[in-house]
Amino acid sequence: MTAAIRNIIRFYLNDRLVELSRVAPDETLLDWLRLSARLRGTKEGCAEGDCGACTVLVGRLTSGALRYETVNACIRFLGSLDGCHVVTVEHLAAQDGRLHPVQQAMVDADASQCGFCTPGFVMSAYALWMQNPEPTVGQVEKALQGNLCRCTGYEPIVKAIEAACAKGGQAGDPLMVERAAMTEKLAALKDGRRVAIGEGRDRLVLPASVDDLADVLSAEPQATIVAGATDVGLWVTKFMRDISPVVFIAHLDELHAIEGRGDMLAIGACVTYTEAFALIAERYPEFVDLWDRIGGEQVRNMGTIGGNVANGSPIGDTPPALIALDAVVVLRKGDGMRRVPIADFFIDYGKQDRAPGEFVAAIEIPAPAEGARFAAYKVSKRREEDISSVCGAFRLSLSPSGTVDDVVLAFGGMAATPKRASHVEAALRGKAWTEETVADAVTLFAEDFTPLTDWRASSHYRLLVAMNLLRRFQLETAGESVRLERQVA
Amino acid sequence: MNTIERMAESKAVKLEKNEIKGGVHRRQQHDSAHKHVTGTAEYIDDLTEPFGTLHAYLGLSERAHADIVSIDLDAVQRQPGVVAVLTAKDIPGENDVSPVGRHDDPVFASKRVEFHGQPIFAVVAETREAARRAARKAEISYSELAHVTDVVEADKAGLPMVFPPMTLKRGDALDALAKAKHRLAGEMRIGGQDHFYLEGQVAMAIPGEDDDVIVWSSTQHPSEVQHMVGHVLGIPSNAVTVNVRRMGGGFGGKETQANLFAAVAALAAKRLGRAVKIRPDRDDDMVATGKRHDFHVAYAVGFDDDGRIEGVDATYAARCGFSADLSGPVTDRALFHADNAYYFPSVHLTSKPLKTNTVSNTAFRGFGGPQGMVGCERMIEEIAYALGKDPLAVRKANFYGEGRNVTPYHQTVEDNIAPRIVAELEASADYQARRKAIVEFNATSRVVKKGIALTPVKFGISFTKTEYNQAGALVHIYTDGSIHLNHGGTEMGQGLNTKVAQVLADAFQVDLAHVKITATTTAKVPNTSATAASSGSDLNGMAAADAAEQIKDRLRDFAAEKWSVERDQVVFTVNQVQVGNQLIAFADFIQLAYQARVQLSAAGFYKTPKIHWDRDKGEGRPFYYFAYGASCSEVSVDTLTGEYHVDRTDILHDVGRSLNPAIDIGQIEGGFIQGMGWLTTEELWWDDKGRLRTHAPSTYKIPLASDRPRVFNVKLADWSKNHEATVKRSKAVGEPPFMLAISVLEALSMAAASVAGYRICPRLDAPATPERVLMAIERLRAEVGG
Repeated sequence: MTAAIRNIIRFYLNDRLVELSRVAPDETLLDWLRLSARLRGTKEGCAEGDCGACTVLVGRLTSGALRYETVNACIRFLGSLDGCHVVTVEHLAAQDGRLHPVQQAMVDADASQCGFCTPGFVMSAYALWMQNPEPTVGQVEKALQGNLCRCTGYEPIVKAIEAACAKGGQAGDPLMVERAAMTEKLAALKDGRRVAIGEGRDRLVLPASVDDLADVLSAEPQATIVAGATDVGLWVTKFMRDISPVVFIAHLDELHAIEGRGDMLAIGACVTYTEAFALIAERYPEFVDLWDRIGGEQVRNMGTIGGNVANGSPIGDTPPALIALDAVVVLRKGDGMRRVPIADFFIDYGKQDRAPGEFVAAIEIPAPAEGARFAAYKVSKRREEDISSVCGAFRLSLSPSGTVDDVVLAFGGMAATPKRASHVEAALRGKAWTEETVADAVTLFAEDFTPLTDWRASSHYRLLVAMNLLRRFQLETAGESVRLERQVA
Repeated sequence: MNTIERMAESKAVKLEKNEIKGGVHRRQQHDSAHKHVTGTAEYIDDLTEPFGTLHAYLGLSERAHADIVSIDLDAVQRQPGVVAVLTAKDIPGENDVSPVGRHDDPVFASKRVEFHGQPIFAVVAETREAARRAARKAEISYSELAHVTDVVEADKAGLPMVFPPMTLKRGDALDALAKAKHRLAGEMRIGGQDHFYLEGQVAMAIPGEDDDVIVWSSTQHPSEVQHMVGHVLGIPSNAVTVNVRRMGGGFGGKETQANLFAAVAALAAKRLGRAVKIRPDRDDDMVATGKRHDFHVAYAVGFDDDGRIEGVDATYAARCGFSADLSGPVTDRALFHADNAYYFPSVHLTSKPLKTNTVSNTAFRGFGGPQGMVGCERMIEEIAYALGKDPLAVRKANFYGEGRNVTPYHQTVEDNIAPRIVAELEASADYQARRKAIVEFNATSRVVKKGIALTPVKFGISFTKTEYNQAGALVHIYTDGSIHLNHGGTEMGQGLNTKVAQVLADAFQVDLAHVKITATTTAKVPNTSATAASSGSDLNGMAAADAAEQIKDRLRDFAAEKWSVERDQVVFTVNQVQVGNQLIAFADFIQLAYQARVQLSAAGFYKTPKIHWDRDKGEGRPFYYFAYGASCSEVSVDTLTGEYHVDRTDILHDVGRSLNPAIDIGQIEGGFIQGMGWLTTEELWWDDKGRLRTHAPSTYKIPLASDRPRVFNVKLADWSKNHEATVKRSKAVGEPPFMLAISVLEALSMAAASVAGYRICPRLDAPATPERVLMAIERLRAEVGG
């Protein structure tokens, strides 16, 4: 048990230190900025993390290193900002009113019309300009996936960002200049204490460590665990659900560890999509296309793989691939740990194999067997920043004679949980891996799945696409190029 | 440098500079660009609230169609922070905000709800959060009635029309169809569209003495908001002042839809004696406010071997929702564009503005025109696939031309530049060679198929309601020479204020920086029209120019007399006034005029000439002129999933002599992408309970940066000049480019058609989601047995 408890949260907002002793567990950064700090450059467009009008930068120390990332202030809880540096659009222009190079480029390119989305675009552009001074068009588009503009058609915004990057000037940017000083300031805020604010039905806790988290959850097994808040944020902003007491965990360095342990990749529960990208791309290059289509940049910066699994959604983006890769969920309760094959973790809609007081500590992904083929496909109404209509992930091992030794076909969007197509798998095993075999086997998808019809897709389309994704996998493993590529420089 | 040298240098600079900064026909950045990028541009929710401001939130119906048995708001009233609840009973004036005077658009439903999401009450509380939470505590019991959400079902069920339908006819269409060598009949569904303005609906009302109330409203139509607030409160219009500095997007969604929010804020403010703000959550905004109309078009077309149309008979049924709103003129405009750029020798067109148990649909960029035009291009496609021709050849065969220039509404097309625009684009986009290459590609590519299409746009400019084609402006010159500009138009991002200021700067020949743009207010310019129908700069630019001309007239009289010169020797030149042989700085000249007691303020006015329209006869000249354009899009389609990319789009568009090429290009690019969203991924989906389930960006998908064409070439037809005497011979630009996106739908259709040898029309409905594309491909494959 941690002895010392702090009852305030402390963070930097632009150039000042903020200390708050009264913070509601469900108060969002956006509401606080607009209503309390009265900084109204940051806008509310949707309050669900999809439009990016509320984009701000959050700088955080992870294992001593300061990184600034775009986040959606509308679903970022204020309490989770302890020890962070929040940077809003008001911080960009110089004291004398001179525009930041990114802002000037936006003006010069006629990149704003109604202007309401513009501060959010400026912040996304700013983050890219800082992190990647020479982005490709594809990288610019990726950085803007989480920002909607209804007026311009985006063309001038992309051009503005290219122009700003071509111009450079990063070295003189205040956040770059102040980097070392801010790193020290944030380090000084990390006092290793548990933070607890509020009482009764209005409480939040930031545990001091993972051990402390285990203690907190043992004492309060019904608490809402909040990591990236990309889902829980909506429980509040859209459904006005009571989530108290809240235990925030995304600040815990230990849960951000991602490392190769021999053949296995161990991903801490709070590793974000952005943090995991490099290692995922290195070990599972076939996963990258899908990875780039998870949410928008802000959501990838906030959202965690642990949360994507723990939340148990039938339309989460990573579970099908994690099932196909035989991942294991590492759960902890008190001092006890257990490992559950991920396919078994998803019991039913809204029901996972997680006891009260237990939490997802890590996800472990073994390396696929030598020669195994893997693919992960996402199909959605809009190509990017959308939820899957169907998500399919496959792993295949062939015998030397070309028959199917082992195959896993895992799907999202096809059932109440992420689920394997066991009838189809059975029909494939032992058969020659050919177009004909696949054509015969796909009819069995109807045995495995009775998908829903909803606003994303009809049942009929989902079944057809599931079949066609397997066809695509077969064609690709046979060396045929059958994928749509948006070829950008 | 000594003073004399400095003077000499500055004079040299002046002599070199032979034009003002920011005049007309020049690229000029949006007047608020600097404020946009710094987050200092104020939208209504950003304004500093008066002390004690309260917040209102709406309680919405949870049934699509039902009688209200009882409304129990006790629990709402008891919630912490709640100050008041308001229902229909609390309205002192009329419980109606129908913009067309049909009394079918209640602020609060009291006896019956007619769509899921209809406002029933408002709760007012100390904070928005408290009001929003409290609104959920209402206990309303309903007696359910059968509901219909779909337009085809509404037609079958015999639901009434919300507005009298319109018919356009010329010649004997049925006879022409009977005599034509080829005949085809079909139907098409065209989806609606949410505006998805980034700034949602919002209003703040500040009560004053007597009946007075000031309302800040995010509206395209301040005068209508003024009138509606007056009706609802039972007070005269002169007690209500409506202000709007800017909107965070409008697109038609704030033409009438702002009325209800403003009325509720004003009602609460007057009742409670405190300022009241109302801002719905995005979901409530999308559920409770109107959208673009879904259409069902049933068509029959007769044509000859060349694909030349001989007769058209078509019906345009629209999902109007529960009330009329603007559905009458919207469906009228669909008919006005059912011909797009083509001559129909004999034609019979009918609208069916059908009632449904959905939110009342409203204005949206194009105002029915896009739906009419998409239906037209479907007929062109049908002809092309039936005859095995390139659809572009069929388009060309049907253009208006000599002896073929009368529209279905009997207006003669006098300014037809569609053939030239299409020919130039066909060449610059290298259409023929690319089409050939695509056909070759498709012959060998198994999974990915490509398509290309080149489609024209001809769009009629003017409000079809003739009295809306008027505008006012108020211009003051202060004694320091600075100019204050106010006009009846509203700024929603389209750069209207910038353009009108450019017109004024040009009139006085002063740099744009001397012109101050001010918030639109009903107190300065009365009885304005909605900023809609692409008319903003046409109308308000001319009104401002008229005001400037009045002041200049007085100034010429003054100078002619003072310096004893002829009036024509008084010339407004670059930041100066030339009187005879002497040059006087503009500010000095104004100071002298003031001393001579010249009135330096004027109210300008403009009304569009030549237009008239007889709806009952279906004859007249509803449009002052037409704006033209064309686009060519190439797409790639994944025939396993129906997913697609737009690889390239080329656009050539006509804005006459552009007032501001930077802003016009922005309108064209943005309009195209918005149109592309409408025809591709933006889908409205109601469940069997009549609930709209695509009511937020998580479920309703507008285009992203990565959805725009990978190669996007946009050019103005820089040789074009309005043949009518519009402001500086420019043309309207707000709506016409929206329909350039039809080339994307047609290109997707061609990719689908490739799986059946281009012999079957894919009949791809809109929006062409990946699912619809795949299903069209599946149908074609099944038809050819592959």
